[in-house]
Formats: sequence, structure tokens, C-alpha cells
Amino acid sequence: MSALRDGTILRAFDARVAARFGSLPEERVSDPQVRLLSNGDTALAVEFGERIDRATSERVLALHDRLARAALAGVVELLPTFRSLMVHYDPLRTSRAELARRIEPLLAGLEAVQPATRRWTIPVCYDPAFALDLDEVAARTGLTPAEVVEHHSTTTYHVYMIGFLPGYPYMGDLPARLALPRRENPRTQVAAGSVAIATTLSAVYTLQSPGGWHILGRTPASLWSRRRNPPAVLAPGDKVRFAPIRMDEFERLAKRAEAGELELEAWDA
Amino acid sequence: MTGALQVVASSSICMLQDLGRYGQQRYGVPVSGALDTVSLRIANAVVGNPDGSAALEMFYRGPTLEVAAGSVRVAAIGAALEVIAAGGAGRTVPAGQSVRLARGDRLTVGPCDTTLVAYLAVEGGFALPGDLGSLSTFARAGLGGIDGRPLKKGDLLPLAAANVPARAERRAPKWDLAPPARVRVVFGPQDDHFADRARQTLVESAYTVSRQSDRMGMRLEGPVLEHAKGFNIVSDGTAPGSIQVPGNGLPIVLLADRPTTGGYPKIATVASADVPALGRLRPGATIGFEAVGVEDAEAARRELEARLAALRTGLETIRRSR
Repeated sequence: MSALRDGTILRAFDARVAARFGSLPEERVSDPQVRLLSNGDTALAVEFGERIDRATSERVLALHDRLARAALAGVVELLPTFRSLMVHYDPLRTSRAELARRIEPLLAGLEAVQPATRRWTIPVCYDPAFALDLDEVAARTGLTPAEVVEHHSTTTYHVYMIGFLPGYPYMGDLPARLALPRRENPRTQVAAGSVAIATTLSAVYTLQSPGGWHILGRTPASLWSRRRNPPAVLAPGDKVRFAPIRMDEFERLAKRAEAGELELEAWDA
Repeated sequence: MTGALQVVASSSICMLQDLGRYGQQRYGVPVSGALDTVSLRIANAVVGNPDGSAALEMFYRGPTLEVAAGSVRVAAIGAALEVIAAGGAGRTVPAGQSVRLARGDRLTVGPCDTTLVAYLAVEGGFALPGDLGSLSTFARAGLGGIDGRPLKKGDLLPLAAANVPARAERRAPKWDLAPPARVRVVFGPQDDHFADRARQTLVESAYTVSRQSDRMGMRLEGPVLEHAKGFNIVSDGTAPGSIQVPGNGLPIVLLADRPTTGGYPKIATVASADVPALGRLRPGATIGFEAVGVEDAEAARRELEARLAALRTGLETIRRSR
């Protein structure tokens, strides 16, 4: 199905991406020691590791899926992060001990959990007008700007978590060729829609904000709106591809987005 | 017929806050809500509202409001109310006491007695739609309140009740808003990222509340907490009262507008019973910590809730309103 309700421009691209999703290798889930870490008396972190990797994330998301279904008494909300599942709870309706008792049996066989996966295609204009750091990234990685765009836009990203800003997706992993530390001098203002990279990750600035990531382009799509519920388009566990668009296409889509007529849609692989 | 409170003179920052916006943290939306949820709840109790009704949160001193409704009943916590009747006569209504005001009356809250914030609750609450299930204002993302921002001169705050019946006014029983001498904390989740003596330093030192504090976090000045494994962690979730320690070793206690995730190690977390008191601390105030177990923190919270429940049933009746 179409990635953009707006039109047809990305259909061919979708088919290409879908073909690639079909050939993604199975992630093998390792079995690191799980730790239950108290965050005071209102949150318990179920920690699967201390690294950013897909295997850890898959376990976090699998437990998220299980706990969301289990709807344990006193659990207020669940927040998946790179390496742990944060369980926010009401200490008047449950307790750390009670929660631990209920969560522990749910940790077995997480590999078998297959949360439904949503896939998105996000249009990005890599025009120099938006790509403030493209030349610098190219210089520092020894690639041409076109190669940087090629690497960035032919990768399938996994949304590890949403944080920093409302709706701000931490997505990985970048091709190793593009991995750079954050900018030494963060910008005081980064425009909403900016698509950026740092370390092994890529993200989209959902609001105008200070920021220290390298900006490669801009999307006309709004990944955050307070008028939607949920307000963020992306959720942890989603898969994302970036589709390069030209400036004229950006302008056309931006107008539609402004009118509230550009809705990204998830599609099935 | 609808009624409103109109902002006729603005003050320091004043925003609508309730008990927070839950259920959106996994989308990166901070919970927000009142810094001092205990004061908010007491103010609501005095005017007969549910705990979670939105009220005005103001720093040091509130705006001047004019009643553009038949009548309205209000109560402030943390500061007295100054009322100027439409006829010109002024009077002071003590903190914790409700008062019924008529069209054209003006009121202002403050200055705060001892706290950083004061709350003004109105009977019936405000008739605003809110965002994502809450009226709490989170200005950075334009959520809640009026157009997602602090109040400004000329704003009309629509009231759910445009008229309130005359009845005996109420007063909250005495409630000590002084912060605890030692704020209770539960160590973790990353206390193992610090040098051995850091835990001891945290609970044995006096810290000063920095002027750099805001609704996101209370920055503390005092002895440095030394990291053992560097000051970056792979980001994980934060909780109300998380004590994160960035590279300079100075703790930041995360408050209502805390980001949902963070990349600094968190040495400890303030017990939920003591988080509301943090919201009362002014820059320059001294704060100390005491380590407790999570079961102690849970018990402290139950005790706080029992006291608040007793307050609700123990409201004192003071006199017939006009």
C-alpha cells in the first residue's frame, strides 16, 4: 500500500524497500542477564543490557508487547528504551515486589514474541538548503555528498525509542561509514523536520530545538502533532526508510503538510 | 451562560497544571503537571474539586485576575489571596481558605509565604479542552493550558461553573509545607556507575538549589559526585525525582517537565512522597538527602495519601459567604 496518502510518488520505492525487508536476516536473540532496577517507588526498569543493538532492543520490545497485553494492575505506562523497558507504576496500587513477581515469569521465551511491525517511508530533501552538514559529513567520512545520501537513504532503520523531544525517533543503525560523534558545537536552533545523524543513529527533529547532530536534510512530513493521538507518528519497533525527494517535491508536500493533508501511512512488508 | 477569569495584569510565569499527562511517555511526551502536587490537591480539596483538576501554578506571585462570571469560588495554597471587590474594598484571604467572588471582583495571589510556587484552584475547574488528556501546560511542545503557553495579559480563562452557590466557606487544616530536612531517596538505578564514596557524599552533604533550576530539573550545587565509568550511559527512562549526574558531577533532580529518557547516570531517585516538596524549594535553599529502601518509600507514599485523605474529610467550615 502507499506510504503517502498524498500521492503516488513513493509507490515504486515502497516496492523496492518491501523486497529488501523480505530478505532481512533473522535476529538471533542472545540471553544476557536481565536486571530489575528501581527508579524510586514509581518506576522499575527491566534492563536487558547496556548497549545499543538490535538483539537487546528486540527483547525490550517483546517484553513491552507482553506487558501491554498483560495489563498488570497498577502499571501506569510502559516506555521502551534502547536497553530497558521502563515500567511506570502507581505505588498505591502495586509495589516493586509485586511487580517483580509478576514480570519475572514473563521474561522467559521472549524470542517467541513477534510484535507487529509497522514500516514507514519518510520523504527527505537532501538539498544543500537543508543539508547544513552534508559537505562536512562527506569530508569527514571520505565520501562524496551523493554517496552520503545514498548510504543514508538505502538503509532500513529500526526505531529504538522515542525521546529527547516529543516524537523524536532514535533510529539505527547507520552504515558504519557514516558514524561520527556529535558536533562539538551544538546548534542553538535546529529547524523542525531536520533529518540528522550522530554516532550510529539517525533522527528527525520533530520540533524546533537546540541540537548537536549532523543535519543531512529535511522532511516535509510532520512526525509530531498535538492534534493526533498518539501525537507521534513513529513508535519504538517501527522500521523506517528515507526516500530522497527534490526541492520542488519538498515544496509541494510541505504545502500539503501545512494544510494537514499529508499523512504518512504505515505499510506492510 | 459561560464565565471566565480574565488576566488583567500578568506576573512571573503562571501556567495551568494538573496531575500530569500520562500514557504518552513512550512517544517522548513529558508528564508535566504541578511541581507541588500536594499543594495542588489541597487547593482542589478546599474548593470541592477532584484531586486532578487543573489549577494555576505561579512562581512567587500570581497575576491579577478579574471575575468575568456571575460568581466564582477560589482557594490559594502557598500564598494568601488579595481580593479587591468591585466596589473598591480590599481584603486578604489566608492561604488554604476558600472565598466566593462576584463579577468585577479582582484577585491576586502572593507573594508566596515560604515556597517557590503557589496554586489557585477554582470551583468546578476550567472549561478548556487540554491536549492528550491533560490541561497541564508544556510550553516547549505547545501542549495544554491556553494555546500551550503560560498566561498573558488579556487571557480569558473559561470556567466550568459560571455561578457557584453561596455556602459556608472552607479552610484546610494546618499542613506544614516546609520541605523535609532530609529528602528521602532510593539508590539506583545507576548507583553502580559512581565511585564508592559518591553515595555517601550524596547523603552526607548539604546541597544548594541553583538559580539554573526550572520545571524540568532542580540543579544542585555542592560536593561533586564522582563517576566511576564515565558520565554517558546508553539512554534509558527517567522517573519523577530521578537524580541524574552529568559530567560536572553536580546532581540534577528531575521534576515535572523531565525528559522521558536521559543519557546521564542516575545515582538515586527521590521517594514519591517527597517529590512534591521539591517543587516548593526556592533557589538558594539548602537540601539534604537520606537513603531509604524502596519499601520505605512505598510506605511513605501511603502515609502521605492517608494524610491527604484525612485532610479532605477534615476540612473546617468557617462562616457563611456573602
